[in-house]
Amino acid sequence: MNTLSQIGIGRELAEQIGRHGAETYPHECCGALLGRDSAADAAREILALFPLVNRRDDSPRNRFSITADDVRAAENAARGQQLEIVGWYHSHPDHPARPSEYDREHAWPWYSYVIVSVQSGAPQEMTSWRLADDRTEFSAEAIAIRQHASA
Amino acid sequence: MPVKVIIPTPLRPFAGKRDSAEFNAATVGEALGCLTAEFAELRRHLFTEEGKLRSFVNVYVNDEDIRYLAKEDTRTKDGDTINIVPSIAGGIF
Repeated sequence: MNTLSQIGIGRELAEQIGRHGAETYPHECCGALLGRDSAADAAREILALFPLVNRRDDSPRNRFSITADDVRAAENAARGQQLEIVGWYHSHPDHPARPSEYDREHAWPWYSYVIVSVQSGAPQEMTSWRLADDRTEFSAEAIAIRQHASA
Repeated sequence: MPVKVIIPTPLRPFAGKRDSAEFNAATVGEALGCLTAEFAELRRHLFTEEGKLRSFVNVYVNDEDIRYLAKEDTRTKDGDTINIVPSIAGGIF
């Protein structure tokens, strides 16, 4: 069993993820989590968001897609703020904030995957997950919501 | 001068924390083969069990997507840069 990792986020940014999910409801929203990851003390902090357009026009209610071009745009935005992409967020409209098998199959290691459940248009539970190194499962990651974003 | 492969952040823990590696390779497939031979743990993240590049793994040679070239048979020359760029996908079910 892996030790539970943790990711920090300011309350305003956490609420912004929820609002994005509410805005795109009943479609899935998505975006990049920009921040810092310190390997030394295993501390990871989200310091900015980079909201993106869900490119899955064919089934946006149960799928999201971020193209390589969007990833590059997010990387540039992160670099411009002396940050890096530490993960990605998306919403699960009218479903729990639990990663699906489809989420796992398409996930990358190392990144944090934040999921917000949006029930009847209102954001609810938010969870975060990391893919196991052997790709077999997601491990839950604790979210520390801070009153103010760290510097 | 060999070909340079840029390793994306999420894969660096599986590549000795390196952000790039250089190989003498005549094609993209050969370069990726060298990369996964040197760092075996990368293989499962880049390739399916059938040995095909995963759908969310995008490979560029000097900013050209290999899907629009000759895919993994795309020829490389000394000094080329191969960039592995993630795309991100998921969903409810």
